[in-house]
Amino acid sequence: MTEFPALLPAAPEIFLVCAALGLLLFGVMRGDGSTHLVGQISVLVLVFTLILVIGHGDGREVTFSGQFVMDPFGRLMKSLVLVAATLTLIMSLGYLEREKLRRFEYPILILLATLGMLMMISANDLIALYVGLEVQSLSLYVLAAIRRDHGRSSEAGLKYFVLGALSSGLLLYGASLVYGFAGSTNFERIAAGLDTGFYGLLAADVSHAFGIVVGMVFVLAGLAFKVSAVPFHMWTPDVYEGAPTPVTAFFSAVPKVAAMALLVRVTMEPFGGLVPQWQQVLMALAVGSMVLGAFAAINQTNIKRLMAYSSIGHVGYALTGLAAGTEQGAEGVMIYLAIYLVMTVGTFAVILCMRQQGRMVEDIEQLSGLARTHPMMALVMAAFMFSLAGIPPLAGFFGKLYVFLAAVEAGLYGLAVIGVLASVVAAFYYLRIVKLMYFDDVLETLDRQTDDKMTAVLAATGLFTIGFFAFPAPVVEAASAAAAALVGG
Amino acid sequence: MVGWPILSLTTFVPLIGAVFIFLIRGERDVVIQNARNVALWTSLVTFLVSVFIYVNFDPTVAGFQMVEKGDWIPGLGVSYHMGVDGISMWFVLLSTLLTPLCILASWDVVRERVKEYMIAFLVLETMMVGMFCALDLVLFYLFFEGVLIPMFLIIGVWGGPRRVYAAFKFFLYTLLGSVLMLVAVLAVYWVGGTTDIPRIIDTVAFPAGMQTWLWLAFFASFAVKVPMWPVHTWLPDAHVEAPTAGSVILAGVLLKMGGYGFLRFSIPMFPEATADLAPLVFALSVVAIIYTSLVALAQEDMKKLIAYSSVAHMGFVTIGMFTLTTQGVEGSIFQMLSHGIVSAALFLCVGVLYDRVHSREIARYGGLVHVMPAFAVVFMVMTLAAVGLPGLSGFVGEFLTLVGAFQVNTWVATLATTGIILGAAYMFWLYRRVIFGKLVKAELRSLPDLTPREFLVFAPLVVLVFWMGVYPATFLEPMAASVAKLIGDYESALAAARSVAVAAQ
Repeated sequence: MTEFPALLPAAPEIFLVCAALGLLLFGVMRGDGSTHLVGQISVLVLVFTLILVIGHGDGREVTFSGQFVMDPFGRLMKSLVLVAATLTLIMSLGYLEREKLRRFEYPILILLATLGMLMMISANDLIALYVGLEVQSLSLYVLAAIRRDHGRSSEAGLKYFVLGALSSGLLLYGASLVYGFAGSTNFERIAAGLDTGFYGLLAADVSHAFGIVVGMVFVLAGLAFKVSAVPFHMWTPDVYEGAPTPVTAFFSAVPKVAAMALLVRVTMEPFGGLVPQWQQVLMALAVGSMVLGAFAAINQTNIKRLMAYSSIGHVGYALTGLAAGTEQGAEGVMIYLAIYLVMTVGTFAVILCMRQQGRMVEDIEQLSGLARTHPMMALVMAAFMFSLAGIPPLAGFFGKLYVFLAAVEAGLYGLAVIGVLASVVAAFYYLRIVKLMYFDDVLETLDRQTDDKMTAVLAATGLFTIGFFAFPAPVVEAASAAAAALVGG
Repeated sequence: MVGWPILSLTTFVPLIGAVFIFLIRGERDVVIQNARNVALWTSLVTFLVSVFIYVNFDPTVAGFQMVEKGDWIPGLGVSYHMGVDGISMWFVLLSTLLTPLCILASWDVVRERVKEYMIAFLVLETMMVGMFCALDLVLFYLFFEGVLIPMFLIIGVWGGPRRVYAAFKFFLYTLLGSVLMLVAVLAVYWVGGTTDIPRIIDTVAFPAGMQTWLWLAFFASFAVKVPMWPVHTWLPDAHVEAPTAGSVILAGVLLKMGGYGFLRFSIPMFPEATADLAPLVFALSVVAIIYTSLVALAQEDMKKLIAYSSVAHMGFVTIGMFTLTTQGVEGSIFQMLSHGIVSAALFLCVGVLYDRVHSREIARYGGLVHVMPAFAVVFMVMTLAAVGLPGLSGFVGEFLTLVGAFQVNTWVATLATTGIILGAAYMFWLYRRVIFGKLVKAELRSLPDLTPREFLVFAPLVVLVFWMGVYPATFLEPMAASVAKLIGDYESALAAARSVAVAAQ
């Protein structure tokens, strides 16, 4: 006799899936003409889901036979995902109107992808993890290719699909190895097994856990694919460039945060007893990502490609914090992600405003002289660029501060030094954008920005980036509580 | 009187002014005029407030005064901690003095994007003052690197033909040094358990092996800022391309951030490493003094010449402070203040000529004494002060640092002194070529002499140069207690480390 599971911890997900399916029905009946309405309702749905998530208490609750967990860590990461998803969806609506891309599936796919991410963050079992990951990924493949009549977009979708399927395969293979050696797919049981030994083998002698280590490395490789860490990053620039810009904005902010959260949970919970084993893997990923992200972006002229390499670099910094393998590290990753997300969404809001005669432009040269024609937008963009480069007193500096703090605490001086040196190289291309906007003469004037929603997004993200130094406490304290819950619990 | 947060006020009044300027809307000419007025008045008010720091300052106290403390980043125990001692107070005053002069100096000269220009300068002032007042490592780092943003824009937007190159070089060089310091700051936090500067200085003793690494990491940052040979190459480029006021702040205040950093961090926090590595500093400084003086002799560009002379003068500063004698340290601080005023004035002199002729080439000038006698006098005073004529500010600093150096290492003192001779050579040669000689060039015949506005800019600097030269006690007395504490702490830390080493044997 199976017990009926407690539904309350999963209330946000349940609400989201019901709303998404309801909207799908509505959209099918009303046709593509309802895109705008569906989009606006979707924004409300995301906001309401966010309220449900925040309303969850401080405790840790496990349900669905140990498959699903809701804890302060999950609450914080889900809030970040939902905030970013809401902002990017708001930014998309105007784009869909202007580009005559009226497909009511677009907002619904965003909802479904978000649902997958929420499930990933709450996964407490390798199977739940995989289901969440696939719900997310399948929606994202379609989103990348949503402009069916557009060669680049279709190519991006296909590329993403093929490589994503490969990474899912890796992850599944790793999960099966872990299951084979640990005897369970449940995170807590795996962790307990590593503490006390499986089948009488002692955890102290890790060589007996060799099979688990191999499996874990495959799982990590699969997840590294999703966060686009080097050497699993090849798809990123092409997909970012090919996908429609609001989709790229979504890609660079939301799934990255979710996959990173998953990575944090997987390393800290089931494999918390194997820190020395995964630490070296993450260090290699971090160094590769930071260095490649810094050097490869220098020659880019397309701003979306540039942001793709920039995001690879930033994943490297976040992994630096995680590589520390400590509570401080987890806290650093969360703070980093929260700040990164805001900067990225803001930067893409500016990119979405880059239009000439109603047509989107993506060449960074088009930003020349922006400070003369659009002083406010240039100011906000400059703040994002300096912040992405990690220059104080802007928000990005605090993100870097926290991840390097964790790395230094764990004695990873080499990693920290490589990281800060890479950030100097990366500063070069962020400065190049500031240079174009402020030092150079106007090449061709961009169109006036008339979208109120976009202005609101720009103002909010810009204020956060510039003003973070004055009020760091809310973000820092939330991350600290979440990290304590994750590592302590 | 001390009831209100005077240091925060000095730090953030410029920022409030910047926000005001940012909000100005309307006709272009009106906006420009208002921006100038607001910037000037804000910086003057800031200077007046900072004078109260001097008035309230108690010279008998060695520690930090007018301390403010508040929570900032929870969890890490990083606090908003401000305070000044006899060393940092002078740099605060130097920053608040030079900013209004800079704004006045660019009054008619800067016509493009005036609003942004004034905002950049006021933000820059906030960063500079905040950096000298900060008593928390993270807070210090925030201001220290925050300076890069406005300075990058000032060089890049309002600079000369190669401004983009110069701005990038300035930014990336400085950033490269600072990020290494950031890693060291984090290591200090984990070893010392706090980022509070007075607590680290007074209570934390770092292991000897670690001190060397931490010292080198801080050195990477400060050596670039000072700048010391061989990482000085960004300075001539930045100076040549920066607008006049940018050069003034760069030479007047930003270079002092490196010297201040040595005094605030390297020496008190890592005394053993300081003792071990002082010879390295001496060697680099001596090379800097002689080499850059020779390079200065060969310059064709006035700004570049003064830029190289700055590197040489800062060489005296680094020698002085690492002698760790009373004369040496006080002399190095005095030399920094003097150089802050003299080099600022020299760059303003070049600016005066540049505004009239639009060239910085020495060969384009000659015989200016016939048309610009007042200017010739000001330029003469500053040249003599830079050379170190007794009775002017430069002499006191150089003399004291050399006295200090002589007690520690006579070779260093001897070699450094050759720098004074070379300094006289290139400065006088510059002066002769620009001011004296026959007035042959037609375009120079009708040059107007100093305007009232320019008089107003130079007057306080000339007065200070004489004051510092004739009665240096005004400046040396308030810093004496803090310098004595710095040296006393250094020697007792060193003695403690030696006795530990002896006991271990």
